[in-house]
Amino acid sequence: MTAPALRLAQVRKSFGRTEVIRGVDLAIEKRERHAIIGPNGAGKSTLFNLISARFPVSSGTIEVDGEDVTGLRPFQVHRRGLSRSFQISNLFHNLSVFDNVRCAVLWPLQYRYSFWHRLSGLRDAANRADEIITAIGLSRRRGTPASMLSHAEQRALEIGITIAGGADVILLDEPTAGMSHTETADAVRLIRRVTEGKTLVMVEHDMSVVFGLADRISVLVYGRIIATGTPDEIRNNVAVREAYLGTELADARGA
Amino acid sequence: MKTLFSGRRLVVLAAYLVIIVLAPLLSPKGYWVSLLCRIGITTVFALSFNMLLGQTGLLSFGHAVYFGLGAFATIHLLRAIQQHAWSFPITLLPLAGGMCGLLFGVALGYVTTRRAGTTFAMISLGIGEMVAASSLMFPAFFGGEGGVSGNRVTAPGWFGITYATPLQMYYLIAGWAFLCILAIYTLTDTPLGRMANAVRDNPERAEFVGFDPQWVRYLIVVLAGFFAGVAGGLAALNYEIVTAETLSAATSGIVIMMAFVGGIGHFAGPIIGAVLITVLQIVVAGMTEAWPFYFGLLFALLVLYAPGGIAGIVAEHKRLFDAGQLGRALHGYLLGLLPFTLCAAGAITLVEMAYALANTPDRRNAPLHIFGTTLNAGRPFGWVPPIAAVIVGALLLRAIARRTRGRDLVYTSLLQRQV
Repeated sequence: MTAPALRLAQVRKSFGRTEVIRGVDLAIEKRERHAIIGPNGAGKSTLFNLISARFPVSSGTIEVDGEDVTGLRPFQVHRRGLSRSFQISNLFHNLSVFDNVRCAVLWPLQYRYSFWHRLSGLRDAANRADEIITAIGLSRRRGTPASMLSHAEQRALEIGITIAGGADVILLDEPTAGMSHTETADAVRLIRRVTEGKTLVMVEHDMSVVFGLADRISVLVYGRIIATGTPDEIRNNVAVREAYLGTELADARGA
Repeated sequence: MKTLFSGRRLVVLAAYLVIIVLAPLLSPKGYWVSLLCRIGITTVFALSFNMLLGQTGLLSFGHAVYFGLGAFATIHLLRAIQQHAWSFPITLLPLAGGMCGLLFGVALGYVTTRRAGTTFAMISLGIGEMVAASSLMFPAFFGGEGGVSGNRVTAPGWFGITYATPLQMYYLIAGWAFLCILAIYTLTDTPLGRMANAVRDNPERAEFVGFDPQWVRYLIVVLAGFFAGVAGGLAALNYEIVTAETLSAATSGIVIMMAFVGGIGHFAGPIIGAVLITVLQIVVAGMTEAWPFYFGLLFALLVLYAPGGIAGIVAEHKRLFDAGQLGRALHGYLLGLLPFTLCAAGAITLVEMAYALANTPDRRNAPLHIFGTTLNAGRPFGWVPPIAAVIVGALLLRAIARRTRGRDLVYTSLLQRQV
């Protein structure tokens, strides 16, 4: 049996006296699309920050592809094949779209801290960056500084940077936040395409996105996962309905 | 495939090479060559500083440490060569300064680069003060008040060059400066160079694409230390004396000024700043004793009204030209010329009067001949015309700026400021 792509065991996180994540166990299989949902303040973003090592865990262990990554720094976790996006776009704002993406492919292509390679001569890095830019639909904005992009374009670039390194485990934090209906539909298509063959974990508020994309869903309420299952199982789970969903789930079913 | 030196870059490079080769031949006067030597040294120093500030977003208040220690290392080696304790070609001696800067970058950078932002600025200030203080505590190495002097003319070196004439020294500086500028420019087009920009813009995201921002900063500090050390080595050879002032806060301050005045956002900015400030230092200092005051004024006005420095102003006007709006801007400048002159003349008069007032009683009451008029700083009424000139000029300038700058113009400049 192969190890799950991502495994959390009894993960806890406290800020001061407040325990925000209260013992999360979760195993996500390879090539699974997994969504984490839950009411506001349930700790979804905190959980992402723990998995990606943005915050240290208070206790518990996190494994990526069977390897313990607890206590590592974010760049070390990234080098082990886990990449994340941010809820509020977190870009290199003075750099062009092209450079934003190219920065994300340098480490995996083994260029690392090199000051003996000529960057503009690295065809593999440029080609890979251009492939990504085409995939996220920003070819026409290739030379534009990230700060000059529209909100939807910044969200697309955010996803582009996240997937550019070729990580096997992709964490997307509310990828469609603040988007219109058409933009959301485009974003879902994009996510589906670029995470093909990869493990996807996402936090998302838009239930149509969640139920359209996810193979399995976990419901996080007050720092605990109260249910994990297929979209159908979650829809029909009594505890989930009582604790949280109700109206939103009914909407999603009706849609 | 694009190569590093093709097209416009090659033209710029060739033009630069022609300028530095021909520049000393323009005037046979001694001070011209010595001015060019100073420019060459400060150019390398300012560019190495901007590797930190412009490229990596690290504001250092102690960059003179690497410059000064490189200079001291070079002058001591020069003395050793002089006393035949050691043999090394003088031509390559700036490299020793560079290695010294690099080694101190390795040692000090490990401490300073743990944090960016204000923390880095404060630690660099502290280390700068520490090293400057130790220069007076260890006179055996730093030479105390008098500094350490040497003589670069030892024995004929390669091709019989002895560096006995200022012109030979100039070409040594020009050669090293050219190589350093080329190297620093080449560094901007490497994976490390681009990641330095990424760390400047967003250190957190750099971590999430696999890079340790602290390590990126550290490597840049070490490399910048090397180039500052080379500049220091050139200074040691040029002046044949190194004093504690070389690694003082004043030296760290002037390089910040050069980078800002020239523009930290463009590669050529610090070069422009180094040339301008060095020339002004000599020209303005020859005209008035109050020259540091004018420097402060120029610096404050530029940071306030043109945070992109001179390179930024040039870039903005190129953008206006491309947008077909340069004519409108020039029209505004033409209108503003008279009020600006009025304002500047008033300000200069005020500075000179204040300077005279702060001076000895006989200077205070002596008539001050300025701009074709005679004023007396000791008499209160004498202050009225210059103050009026400044106020009227400034009000007129503001009115003109409001009228000629359309909304779209203001908008583009606002956008630029955000970038």
